[in-house]
Amino acid sequence: MADPIVVAEGLHKSFGDTHALRGLDLSVPRGAVCGVLGPNGAGKTTAVRILATLSDPDAGHARIAGFDVVRDAGEVRARIGLAGQYAAVDDKLTGRGNLRMFARLYHLSRREAHRRADELLERFGLMDAADRPVTGYSGGMRRRLDLITSLILRPEVLFLDEPTTGLDPRSRGEIWSSVRELVADGTTVLLTTQYLDEADQLADDIAVVDHGRVIATGTPDELKATIGDRLDVVLEDPAALPPAATVLNNLAGAEPAATGADRLSVALPGGGLRLADIVRELDRAGIAAADVRLRRPTLDEVFLRLTDRKEAVR
Amino acid sequence: MTTLASPLGRLRWTFTDGLTLVGRELGRLRQEPGQIVAALIFPAVMVVLFGYVFGSAIRVPGGGDYREYLMPGLFAMVTFSAWLSVMTRTAGDASRGVMDRFRSMPMARLAVPFGQTGADLLTGLLMLAIMVGAGLLVGWQPHHGLIPTAQAFLLMIVLRYALSWVGVYVGLAVKNEQVADAMVPLGLPFTMLSNAFVPTGGMPGWLRFLADWNPVSALTAASRELFGNPGVPSGDLAWPLAHPVAAVLLWSAALLAVFVPLSLRAYTRRGR
Repeated sequence: MADPIVVAEGLHKSFGDTHALRGLDLSVPRGAVCGVLGPNGAGKTTAVRILATLSDPDAGHARIAGFDVVRDAGEVRARIGLAGQYAAVDDKLTGRGNLRMFARLYHLSRREAHRRADELLERFGLMDAADRPVTGYSGGMRRRLDLITSLILRPEVLFLDEPTTGLDPRSRGEIWSSVRELVADGTTVLLTTQYLDEADQLADDIAVVDHGRVIATGTPDELKATIGDRLDVVLEDPAALPPAATVLNNLAGAEPAATGADRLSVALPGGGLRLADIVRELDRAGIAAADVRLRRPTLDEVFLRLTDRKEAVR
Repeated sequence: MTTLASPLGRLRWTFTDGLTLVGRELGRLRQEPGQIVAALIFPAVMVVLFGYVFGSAIRVPGGGDYREYLMPGLFAMVTFSAWLSVMTRTAGDASRGVMDRFRSMPMARLAVPFGQTGADLLTGLLMLAIMVGAGLLVGWQPHHGLIPTAQAFLLMIVLRYALSWVGVYVGLAVKNEQVADAMVPLGLPFTMLSNAFVPTGGMPGWLRFLADWNPVSALTAASRELFGNPGVPSGDLAWPLAHPVAAVLLWSAALLAVFVPLSLRAYTRRGR
């Protein structure tokens, strides 16, 4: 594999008594989409702010394309784009006005700035709204404008800090397809999100962050494989729940969780158990199952297992 | 694309980027013609409100027309609106993430505060011009000729620019648009607590002390003197009112000396 384009080593950052980062390590290969996944307050945004030169780490280093984010901040800034949770554009200006202004601030000539603004508006479907003030944009359009503003310089690395938080499903889909398009161009994307399906959809690699540290890394499939397959059983009679739980406990060697009045779910040890065996064992115990299913775990389950939190993340 | 590597290149880009941000302010005005209308109406309302409502009850010490007395006070009021408008805009940029975008870009670091104060200077000149128009309409005029008149306006501009740096600093410090908006009404008592609308002679001693040392009073007194408008105080005066021009220049220098470095530090600091 080529040298990683984003490297963070042992990042620490505290705000007063709050330790936002406690030795965060991260490495993203060129051209990849890295999803940084974590609950609120895990340190995702702090990490992105340090990588994007907005904040200095208390300890540790980070490099973007070989440039140190503290010492060579100027070089880093010329190579990155940042799109945030809130749309960081000027509400009072039009979409085109925003792009032209930011392009000028990126030191494009007036003519280049105008051309680049039009090019981006056209490519990301905002041309129709180009001359309307941003105040009148929908949440999704605003977020898309924020995204394309960070593309003016064709950044090598794009940081997306929770790019779809608070958006409706359709707008999320639009942002996702924009991100996929960028990746096809070879842009490296570092994406923080609390939506697991978003990471599942977009990311090649996932880093799960909790309490300011990376607690697991891997592709979505690898992460899912770490906790094994899941067995879901739906019973015809809710009264059969306790005996069914005993049967499943014996088979899987783990306590099944009741996921409803008439259903159970349990993690299975890697391989070995076949669906037929399970159905036969239930049958032998006189338990009628309406549905028995073996499936891969969702990222949510992986995430909850890894972060060991009782509440769901979204 | 010239780089920011050389000091000369940095200086050039600070200037160019600053101009781009001044252009941003013009672009915003173009999108919101309502603001221009409000800017046109505001001075007219002030002139009518103070000139005719207060003017009917207030007697200018030493005689003279109240509206002639009033206009320097209104000019000072407009001048002092600088720190509030810059503060609101800066806090807005900081709370909406626009400031973070600027900071993550390879642009000149100092262009943002310079652009913001430069833009305010432009809108300030516009407001001043409108106020002059309103004043001339109700019978105000400068009596001492071109040079003193120009000096008076120059003083307003210098002080306005210094005050806009206070706005940058406070805006960066509060970082919150709602808090900034809530602070705006504080501007009014600050302006009222001066000689802008009424003579300070009748105020109780402690209040008069505050009013006499308020920079609004110094600017008002300086303009009255330079324009030859009534209400130039005489007798035993507090130092800023006895030397109003020097006082305005000293205030401006002091504000710049304190708030330019503070603002630049607040802008470039990367602690958060």
